[in-house]
Amino acid sequence: MTDFDPDLARDGPDLTGKELHDRLIVAWGRPRGLVGWLSTTDHKEIGKRYLVTAFAFMILAGVLALAMRAQLARPESGLITPDRYNQIFTMHGTTMMFLFAVPVMEAVAIYVIPLMVGTRNLAFSRLNAFSYWMYLFGGLMLWIAFALNVGPDAGWFSYTPLSGPQYSPGKRVDIWAQMITFTEVAGLAAAVVMVATILKQRAPGMTLARMPLFVWAMLIVSLMIIFALPAVALDSAMLLSDRLVGTHFFNPYERGDALLWQHLFWFFGHPEVYIIFLPATGFVSEMTATFCRRPVFGYPAVVLSLIATGLLAFGLWVHHMFATGLPRLGYAFYTAASMTVAIPTGIQIFCWIATIWLGRPRYRVPLLWVIGFVVSFVVGGLTGVMLASVPLDLELHDTYFVVAHFHYVLIGGAVFPLLGAVTYWFPKATGRLMSESWGKVSFALVFGGFHLTFFPMHLTGMLGMPRRVYTYPAGMGWDTLNLISSLGSAILALGFVVFLLNAFRSFRSGEPAGADPWDAPGLEWATSSPPAVYNFAHLPSVASRTPLWDEREGLPVMTGLRVDAREHLLTSVIEAVPSIREPSPKPTIWPLLSAIAIGITFVGSVFTPWALAIGLLPAGAALTAWFWPKNADIPPEPEID
Amino acid sequence: MRKLAPPLMLLTLGGCAGRQAMLGAAGRDSALFAWLWHVFLIVTVAFYCIVIAGLLWAVVRRREGGEAAVRTGLLVWVALISLTLVGLTLASWLADRNMNRAPRTGLTIEITAHQWWWDVRYIASDPSMTLRTSNELHLPAGTPVRIVLKSADVIHSFWIPNLSGKQDLIPGRSNDIVVTPEKVGVYRSQCAEYCGVQHAHMAFDVTVQPREAFEQWWKAGLLPAHAPATSVEQAGYTYVTTRECSTCHNVTGTPASGQVAPDLTHFASRLSIGAGTYPMDRGHLAAWLADPQDAKPGNKMPVIGLEPAELRAVSAYLESLK
Repeated sequence: MTDFDPDLARDGPDLTGKELHDRLIVAWGRPRGLVGWLSTTDHKEIGKRYLVTAFAFMILAGVLALAMRAQLARPESGLITPDRYNQIFTMHGTTMMFLFAVPVMEAVAIYVIPLMVGTRNLAFSRLNAFSYWMYLFGGLMLWIAFALNVGPDAGWFSYTPLSGPQYSPGKRVDIWAQMITFTEVAGLAAAVVMVATILKQRAPGMTLARMPLFVWAMLIVSLMIIFALPAVALDSAMLLSDRLVGTHFFNPYERGDALLWQHLFWFFGHPEVYIIFLPATGFVSEMTATFCRRPVFGYPAVVLSLIATGLLAFGLWVHHMFATGLPRLGYAFYTAASMTVAIPTGIQIFCWIATIWLGRPRYRVPLLWVIGFVVSFVVGGLTGVMLASVPLDLELHDTYFVVAHFHYVLIGGAVFPLLGAVTYWFPKATGRLMSESWGKVSFALVFGGFHLTFFPMHLTGMLGMPRRVYTYPAGMGWDTLNLISSLGSAILALGFVVFLLNAFRSFRSGEPAGADPWDAPGLEWATSSPPAVYNFAHLPSVASRTPLWDEREGLPVMTGLRVDAREHLLTSVIEAVPSIREPSPKPTIWPLLSAIAIGITFVGSVFTPWALAIGLLPAGAALTAWFWPKNADIPPEPEID
Repeated sequence: MRKLAPPLMLLTLGGCAGRQAMLGAAGRDSALFAWLWHVFLIVTVAFYCIVIAGLLWAVVRRREGGEAAVRTGLLVWVALISLTLVGLTLASWLADRNMNRAPRTGLTIEITAHQWWWDVRYIASDPSMTLRTSNELHLPAGTPVRIVLKSADVIHSFWIPNLSGKQDLIPGRSNDIVVTPEKVGVYRSQCAEYCGVQHAHMAFDVTVQPREAFEQWWKAGLLPAHAPATSVEQAGYTYVTTRECSTCHNVTGTPASGQVAPDLTHFASRLSIGAGTYPMDRGHLAAWLADPQDAKPGNKMPVIGLEPAELRAVSAYLESLK
């Protein structure tokens, strides 16, 4: 740093261009080499790792899905033993929900949110790094256990008492419950980081009313995570304690209650679905606006819909428990609440279609995913309305109809927008566009394969086939439908392979993108592709919801942040008025070491409760090093004239 | 819609009246279900058509302004959804209320679920008339039957799709459900809550019969087991009552009185073996006895290792237990 003129300690008209870049690279860069790679706190690096890891888990869980479809392709098939099959469906659900669907949404957010709100990095960037490592370790533990035939086999929902010590001896369910602990820590950390960043680090002028819709979605989702995850944290801790130290929370014969598990699990589990779905609606809003060349119609209505969905999500959990014999009168409330969700969702659907209508659409691949999303997701939404009705649910519950329903909601409603979003932001992250023609091929295969796989399941369910069975008798009318589903799943898988190969090939040799290949309106397109480590040379300032469309001559910027140390600009929560400059921590290896120490503690506690006591020492030491006062590292504030 | 139309036709035409199908409508509740299902189906298909029509129109139409008209459209849309939801909630509530209105009569059955079979008791005010059987249910047509549901281990779910919806069997709790079968016939029921390694093979057969036939079946069920008539049956009888079998199984009228496994008193009158795993015939019976872990791995009946002669004798005896 001594190479630079010490008078120029802040960016401004005197300090711009190449020199500013060189200085910011020094301030925001990280050490080279393996230790530097492991120490990074850059949201872009962590976001990419999160994304690649989440897709790796998706591939693993997808292979399990293919195995299940192979087993169910014909009746009384002996391809997979019942014990293995039960592990497989448990691993499929657990991995897809906890290790793919939620983390992948966080992954995209971790990458794009700081760019969209115009800041240099996420708040609490070390916590963000810690979140990734905890997520990775939890996922690895689960999959290593599965490879060693200690994979959980009590379902992704692990209902007690089946998952209790008496009916699931061994370590399988402990592994599952401890994986929950890992992902909770990771999820909560990421959520806190996201809320703080969105509320306090937005570009000057980006009032709440000008926030991009994906940022709104992530704000609401992160708040939902903070309220929903503690329920399952408590639940899995109680289960572990029943299993390891002989408590009786869920043991009905010692005055525990088997149903308590379900209440706590679904109090988390239903919001979880919206935690997956709402970010997807954010993707859809962003892509619809860009490719229809106009802002999303009805911005306030969409924002209110997001908020309403987030609130209603906490009042629906009993619709997973209509068959448990709870007081019938109470069911009416949950029916009404579940149906009410159709209103905000219907509003959003209307607004997207209206945007296409009022805009000048360009049918590039991301917009195809949006259209595929509407066509598929609405089916899932409408079957959701059916399932909200108690008399209908009592028949449809736990049959393949429900399997069809939630795959329409989760694949049609979340994975389609996700694949669109990956295509959309791919040039930003890599500097290269994904191939348009291969993108269309993968869209056609995924879309067709998806419907071929899951539409017949509505009928299989109506014909009485229950879920979670490793085989079924012939002659029930299920044979042909199951065969069609299995063939469809192969096409669906092929579509994913094409998508991933396209991404891989484009990463190597795709068409160079430039800063703003789609002529999009958001701040993330105001910087280079891929962005420099510090994101923006000068912080942008905005005066509308679509700054890049309204300021064609170049965005107004805000200057005055230090360039010799890492600094964020904090702005006010509602109006985004600049209020204070806040130091941002340097990269460090301690989040990783803390995650290792805590991870070993968690894994050890599956085997003995003493691991918690012993593990406190290394974990405490690592956390102490992480939180060691950092003021000494920051060069003194330069004098201002 | 191209994709939706033919299968939906299939559903509405009731083309799937299988032994384990929701639209079989062989009971009072399932008739209400069918009515409500069609209401929801028509409404949701209509909404799907509206959305897809709107999407198509947005994609193909010539572009003009008209944001004000769209804003009005949004209000109309919200009103339409809201009113429809109120209607559907009301329809659902009415159907639900009618389902719960079934009058309660004297007939009570108690079902206790085990991993992975069903213990069934027909309760009579005179305890000597109480009938115990397993993995089958006989019901009198036209009579509401109260079924009390309990579990001996984990959570299971009771479900006869042709007759009514589900109700869970939860350890430490007692649930009940009122079923009113209306059409004579044989149906199939299958556990609907994942309950462990053999969840897939936890079914039973439901025979709905006229009242008189049902009462005759009950009376016959109270009789002790058929006495061995041939020497092979006698050998089987001796094996069943003196060796491993009687530790777990009960055969009324013989020394075999185990209570932790399915009752075998009138075993051969049932339609299936192993809680719906095999159909009831000699070949499957012999296969089951030779290795119960083959078709239903993980179930709690061990491999006994019967010698060929013993296998023949035990099969012959069990087959005689009509």
